[in-house]
Amino acid sequence: MSSTPKASERPTNPFQMPSTAHHVIRQFSNALCIAFAVLTAAFAIIVLLYLIIYITLQGLPFLNLSFFTELPGAFGSSGGGIGEAIQGTLILVGLASVIGIPLGLFTAIYLSEFGTGWFSQAVRFMVDVLNGIPTIIFGLFAWVLIVIPTHGFSALSGGVALGIIMIPIVARTAEDVLRLVPQELREASLALGATQSRTILQVVIPAATSGIVTGIVLAMARVAGETAPLLMTAFGSTFWFTGVMQPVDALPLRIFVFTDSPYPVQINQAYAGSVVLVVLILLTSFAVRWATGGFKRRF
Amino acid sequence: MQGKIATTGEEGLRSLLSTLTGGNRRLSDILFQGVTALFVLLTLASVFGIAWVLVSYSLPTLATFGWHFLTNQAFDPVHNIYGVAPAIFGTLVTSFFAIIFAVPIGLGAAIFLVEFCPRPLRPALSFIMDMLAAVPSVVYGLWGFLVMAPWLISTGEPWLHRYLGFLPFFDGQYHGLGLLAAGMILVIMILPLIISVSREVMLTVPRSQREALLALGATRWEVIRHAILPGARIGIVGGIILALGRALGETMAVTMVIGNQATAPSWSLFNTGYTLASVIANQFGEATPGLFLSALIETGLLVFIITLIANILARLLVSHVGRGRIGGLAA
Repeated sequence: MSSTPKASERPTNPFQMPSTAHHVIRQFSNALCIAFAVLTAAFAIIVLLYLIIYITLQGLPFLNLSFFTELPGAFGSSGGGIGEAIQGTLILVGLASVIGIPLGLFTAIYLSEFGTGWFSQAVRFMVDVLNGIPTIIFGLFAWVLIVIPTHGFSALSGGVALGIIMIPIVARTAEDVLRLVPQELREASLALGATQSRTILQVVIPAATSGIVTGIVLAMARVAGETAPLLMTAFGSTFWFTGVMQPVDALPLRIFVFTDSPYPVQINQAYAGSVVLVVLILLTSFAVRWATGGFKRRF
Repeated sequence: MQGKIATTGEEGLRSLLSTLTGGNRRLSDILFQGVTALFVLLTLASVFGIAWVLVSYSLPTLATFGWHFLTNQAFDPVHNIYGVAPAIFGTLVTSFFAIIFAVPIGLGAAIFLVEFCPRPLRPALSFIMDMLAAVPSVVYGLWGFLVMAPWLISTGEPWLHRYLGFLPFFDGQYHGLGLLAAGMILVIMILPLIISVSREVMLTVPRSQREALLALGATRWEVIRHAILPGARIGIVGGIILALGRALGETMAVTMVIGNQATAPSWSLFNTGYTLASVIANQFGEATPGLFLSALIETGLLVFIITLIANILARLLVSHVGRGRIGGLAA
């Protein structure tokens, strides 16, 4: 008697059938799967990269100093710029930050430092809800709340709409980094006799600063690219900023208007504006991620 | 006199400050927590405020049309009849088109990134994905309007009509702008989201599961089929619903390429149309107080409710995965 058991006595292995035909089918479906994965990935990456590169190539030749500093030219004229749109976007993001940063940050502090029980669960849920609402709804909200009562489109209403969009982004990223701060730091501070408020303000928040800043900058970059909520609030204009209760231009709004334009000059400027907007958003978000990338590794 | 008052004022302030910061610890903590809670209430107020504004301003149309708002054919200020039937149709068609094409492509790409991608390429590819998720929708809209729509009218739609014209979807006049263009731009826009969510949930499947199957002699496809997909299934479905929510509410890119004109109802994807969100973006300029305004806000309310349901479902599914209740072969 040989010591090796007969085939029928071996434990069955569903993945190792002796038949050659089955083996071929298995290898074939494996190859098919790999091919599918490679092809879809290649398709996704090529389409998306093509889009970015195409817009960049179309827009780059039309970038010059006057594009950044001048007002849009009269319809049909060549030249002119989008200076007022860049100014307007900076103003709108600034106004939005006044609302979005404190609300988002304090919500995050509440959730990470005081948050227990059903109420904080509800708050967290509401923040997620806020994050999922299509941005045009915030535009409608600011429109009904500010534009209609004051009988005019305004930078203020645009800032309010963008500010509410910022809240959940700031709150979720800040809560995540505040939770990463080790509990021992808090306990050490409390053991030294510091009050809870002092512990939070002088120990926890400083330890999480880089992560909080990352979240804030990402939120600003995100709202800088928003168009839909600005249609019915900031509205757009072709003049320099004249006051928070007046309409103001924004980079995405200017791109939207120029895309529809019958004049090739303005279509070129829409491409150039897109390049500026995309570079602005990507630079800020990646610069801040790179600059503060060491945060998670510190603990 | 003046100086003395100022000094006492300063002393008072200082003693108040010391009370707040050191003298009376409980008071400062209570104050800080109170201020924090106040901001939390403001955040909550913005959510409830939005819901309240949408509902209260929708009441006139709700009272006038009731459910007929969903079946009436158009915004007709002349006869003061408002309805969103074509917009609901356009929203559903474009979103489901996007999901049908973006899900297999996105899943395949995610499987590639997790299972087959050469290690040195990985950071570069995730960088590209992050980058694309950050591109604003107006830029996708610009590309769709200036590049994709002209291509569709000259090449894409004639080709589809010639080879797939027996299907009702690819029949009729070529417009370039239309449901097909909107669906295609949505595919591109939700791809990064589907890829990143699927990739993340696939990575949560424990290494031991893969290694166990590989040790049994399974092929790579069998590992994916029997270990990774079952383990990540719930999270992937959550990601798909999240992407669906994004597609249902997307405004700018869709508004720029969908044509914003009603055509006679048919199944053709070549037709122009509109979505709920694009109706709002297009019509707010003409809105007059009264039923028109109310109808616009009710359209917003519909978008709000639809995306809310999608998001709640998606979060429940994704958080279910996040808690680590995955990875079982039997799942």
